[in-house]
Amino acid sequence: MIRLFRFLKPFRMAILLVFFLTFFQVLSDLFLPTLMADIVDQGIVKGDIPYILRIGGLMLLVTAGGTLCSVIAGFLSSKVASGFGKDLRSRVFTHVESFSLREFDEIGTASLITRTTNDIAQIQQVLMMMLRMAVMAPMMCVGGVMMALTRDVRLSWVIVALIPVLASAIFTIARKGVPLFKAMQTKLDKLNRVTRENLTGIRVIRSFNRGEHEKKRFDFANRDLTETGIRVNRLMAAMMPTLMLILNFSTIAIVWFGGIRIDQGNMQVGDLMAFIQYAMQIMYSLIMLSVIFVMIPRASVSANRVREVLDLVPKITDAPQVRKADDNLGMVEFLDVTFSYPGAEKPALSHISFRAGPGEVTAIIGGTGSGKSTLIHLIPRFHDVDSGSIRVDGVDVREMSQEALRDKIGLVPQKAVLFTGTVAENIRYGKETATDEEVRHAAEIAQAAPFITEMKDGYQSLISQGGTNVSGGQKQRLSIARALVRRPKIYIFDDSFSALDFKTDANLRRALKQETADSTVLIVAQRVSTVMDADRIIVLDKGKIAGIGNHGELMKTCDVYREIVSSQLSEEEIA
Amino acid sequence: MSRQGHRPGGGFGGHHRHPGGRGFGIPAEKAKDFRGTMKRLIRYLKPYRFRLLAVLVTAVLGTVFAIVSPKLLGNATTILFEGMMKKLKGAPNAAVDFDAILQILLMLGGLYVMSAAFSYIQQLIMAKVAQKTVYHLRKDLNEKLSRLPLQFYDSHTHGEILSRVINDVDNISNTLQQSLTQLITAVVTLAGVVVMMLTISPLMTGIVILTLPLSFLVTTVIASRSQRYFMGQQKALGELNGHVEEMYTGHQIVKAFGREERSISNFNKINRKLYDSGWKAQFISGVIMPLMTLINNIGYVLICVVGGVLVTHRAIQIGDIQAFIQYARQFSQPITQTANIANIIQSTIASAERVFEILDEEEEVPETAQPRIISSPKGDVQFRDVKFSYKKDVPLIENMNIDIKKGQTIAIVGPTGAGKTTLINLLMRFYEIDDGKITVDGIDLRDLQRGNLRSLFGIVLQDTWLFHGTIRENIAYGRQDATEEEIIQAAKAAHADHFIRTLPEGYDTILNEEASNISQGQKQLLTIARAILADPVILILDEATSSVDTRTEVHIQTAMHELMKGRTSFVIAHRLSTVRSADRILVMNEGRVIEQGTHEELLAEWGFYADLYNSQFSGDIPHDKKNIG
Repeated sequence: MIRLFRFLKPFRMAILLVFFLTFFQVLSDLFLPTLMADIVDQGIVKGDIPYILRIGGLMLLVTAGGTLCSVIAGFLSSKVASGFGKDLRSRVFTHVESFSLREFDEIGTASLITRTTNDIAQIQQVLMMMLRMAVMAPMMCVGGVMMALTRDVRLSWVIVALIPVLASAIFTIARKGVPLFKAMQTKLDKLNRVTRENLTGIRVIRSFNRGEHEKKRFDFANRDLTETGIRVNRLMAAMMPTLMLILNFSTIAIVWFGGIRIDQGNMQVGDLMAFIQYAMQIMYSLIMLSVIFVMIPRASVSANRVREVLDLVPKITDAPQVRKADDNLGMVEFLDVTFSYPGAEKPALSHISFRAGPGEVTAIIGGTGSGKSTLIHLIPRFHDVDSGSIRVDGVDVREMSQEALRDKIGLVPQKAVLFTGTVAENIRYGKETATDEEVRHAAEIAQAAPFITEMKDGYQSLISQGGTNVSGGQKQRLSIARALVRRPKIYIFDDSFSALDFKTDANLRRALKQETADSTVLIVAQRVSTVMDADRIIVLDKGKIAGIGNHGELMKTCDVYREIVSSQLSEEEIA
Repeated sequence: MSRQGHRPGGGFGGHHRHPGGRGFGIPAEKAKDFRGTMKRLIRYLKPYRFRLLAVLVTAVLGTVFAIVSPKLLGNATTILFEGMMKKLKGAPNAAVDFDAILQILLMLGGLYVMSAAFSYIQQLIMAKVAQKTVYHLRKDLNEKLSRLPLQFYDSHTHGEILSRVINDVDNISNTLQQSLTQLITAVVTLAGVVVMMLTISPLMTGIVILTLPLSFLVTTVIASRSQRYFMGQQKALGELNGHVEEMYTGHQIVKAFGREERSISNFNKINRKLYDSGWKAQFISGVIMPLMTLINNIGYVLICVVGGVLVTHRAIQIGDIQAFIQYARQFSQPITQTANIANIIQSTIASAERVFEILDEEEEVPETAQPRIISSPKGDVQFRDVKFSYKKDVPLIENMNIDIKKGQTIAIVGPTGAGKTTLINLLMRFYEIDDGKITVDGIDLRDLQRGNLRSLFGIVLQDTWLFHGTIRENIAYGRQDATEEEIIQAAKAAHADHFIRTLPEGYDTILNEEASNISQGQKQLLTIARAILADPVILILDEATSSVDTRTEVHIQTAMHELMKGRTSFVIAHRLSTVRSADRILVMNEGRVIEQGTHEELLAEWGFYADLYNSQFSGDIPHDKKNIG
């Protein structure tokens, strides 16, 4: 957490001010009992009513001043904490945007989301509390002792002794409590998970008749959580009574020893009363502090998670000296490319070489884990190759700027992702400057136009987050339109027709053929019927090329291909 | 939505609800039927009524002791003061009566110990009561969920249900643990303090009570002010979370289309908005604390002054001022607390109401009095004049008649979203049909014992569901008493054994929460193994489209063929080869079965199916046309 606080630098003046203001606030809080002591010792003892009124007026001024300090400190703290949160969020988000897919895989998308949102909120909250309460507690201790010393040095020992006792009591409880809190969190997460699994798997659970089993599983998690909950709360039950007891006994001590001092004529009654109130102030500030102590472990977990993100250096960055391709044709070449995922034993792709040029359709087919998606992800440089090289228009992708490279490419991913916004905005995502005409044309080619016009607001219809208000097939078609509107030199379709019904699929491919005539087209596909008329079919098997050629050639030479074909088509169709 | 601000420590079990006014002014949700829900919640506490009584007694005792002590302490001060005053006046034999003071202090010590003990006991009992109550509430909820029809799950998002089972129950738990006892002590303290103050000085009590309306005024004015900002903050927060979620899940697209800059500038815009309303909400609600302190201090000063004057006039004792100051401090605290607790209780009742809403949902139609059991099923399935609709006024299936002999394969085809899952819903009796009947081996589904009915079916769905646990456990899910040998056999039959063995931990590999440590295709293989192990007479298969691909598909196809042998199978088909070899094809569109028959029959009809079939191959294999005609 400390390391994240270096981002507090721009706020150092404000923080310094918060310290000062808090100090004055504490002083005013402590000054009130002191003035009260004066009322007792000077005013009451001597029966001096004007004095009492004068001091009373002074007390009002002091408390007003203290309030002012507190309000301003609150104002500054809110700005500092919110500003810090804002800066940190922006920094994390900007950093994450520079990540390659590899970093995303490393941390996980869901986790990255939580880190950018909840974790930072957590840190921000603790920062706020630290600025308001944690700063106050030590000042209150120091100030309390100081005030006590000015009144009576000998009796101050009671207060000096009180502080470590209270602090260690809080510390002991916190030390026992923190692991319990952590355990509680884990158990809550577990119950959460079991519940979630029960919801998502409801059809499976019922069809396998495993309701009883799930009930037991839930009950186990529930019971576990309850038991820890009881333990945590029992421990916390001890906290307040213990602290109160310590405070109260120190009060007794103050009265007893103070009484003796008064009897000896070394001290006055008003001082005694002030002492009791100092002790109370100190205790309350320490209790506040204890609240933060329990929060800090959790915030530091959050802080570590955020720091991890910031410390992660994206593996893929532009070369210091980028090269520009001379042509803009869309020529894609793989030269003996080998690639493995981090930590994998075997390469996901090995020794891949092929060339795909403009006007050609190259299809890639193969089994689960054969590396099809991996292969095409290498072209827009989502990953870097281990050895060999990938050239686009004759230039190694690592030497080009990522922007220039991706400008040439229109990608249609396996899972169609749409964003909140209108249909038109989603299509225009491919090319910000596209005219309405271009958008409409792309939608038509992608076979999306019919359903778009049927929507209530046509191209201005809103797509909700995650595209939940359009069907899977419609999403895919919009995602295709988005790539088309770019009019890229290289088209990459990553199994992009799977959610389409037979008819739309066929119409789409017919329309695409003209549209992409001058471009290099790469298609990852499942259905043999999709790839059969490709100029070149690359059959991948376990990351290696099992065969390259057109349908007819492969049927003669490639066993793997024949196997795939025969699983999908009947005899006559193969012929 | 207000819970977020209220319970920053929610994940911890919320033990750190802030003592001060943080979270003040966040609009609390209101329950629709406050009293009814309240009563119902109290019913959950009934088994603990004796313990709760004990909590009440200890809370009252503990508080009363705590209330008496300042007065006693004040007496000690008075004795000191008087002794000193006498000395000052030079009275003979003037001395502080230390015996009396010692006596008072000893008594005080006793009181303090008792008070601490009582409040400890009270919290201790409450810990158990609260946690146990919540345990039962969760258990009831979970059991209720297991009796709810699928319709409930289809009409509520997971997040919604989850938030009720987890967050709302947690909210109730925290309130029981803390706010309830807080409320008791606050009320007792308030009453006790007022009584004690009155006995000391009605005049000074009047002064303290005068500051009350001021406190209320400040709280309400500020609270209403801050609401606007809290709402703005909540809105900006929602927007920000939405943006982050979208941009991260769509990272590949953002990259591919080079839109990082835009995404960042959008983020910064929303972030700025969040900051603007966030710090204001924070600040304004944070102002309450110092202002309350100010009002308290004004009261404090007045007490000092008025008390001082009164003492000089010998109207009250010096120790009484000291006691009074302590009372005055204790007086304002429970008031702020009660205001806070009122808010909390309101949101708790709202939570409870949401929980009870689930508990009140209509359950699955109960089994008949004497449910029948098919002990040696064959797998004949019949639909007789079946009528069904999800919504009353939108008829979906009317007069559906299907006759399926055991071992036959039925392919269900149609465009995406044609409602193919409807059939599954009806077969498994996840939904009740409106009219007609569905029978297995001649027995109406509604006469069958639910467990028995479901044991007849095995399903392999496209959205593979696996749970957090080992691969072995996941396969064994198909049958409770499966031996190790049978599990491995099933995995082998599903062609999953090989890939499982290549994993570092083999069958003991733990699938993580999203099961992202194995591929989608592998997941599918596991679900097939699970179905194989279950060994049902009737199968419902969702043929893979994109999740499992070609070569694995070959394995899956063989595994599925093996699995389908001798079993009645309903296949949601995407592959033509499956469709062509099916004994019967059901063609669905827009939720209805529009055609049925064999491949040849349907082609001869030149209807929807023929169109569908032809369109797939048009343009691709022109020479294949002859086969269709």
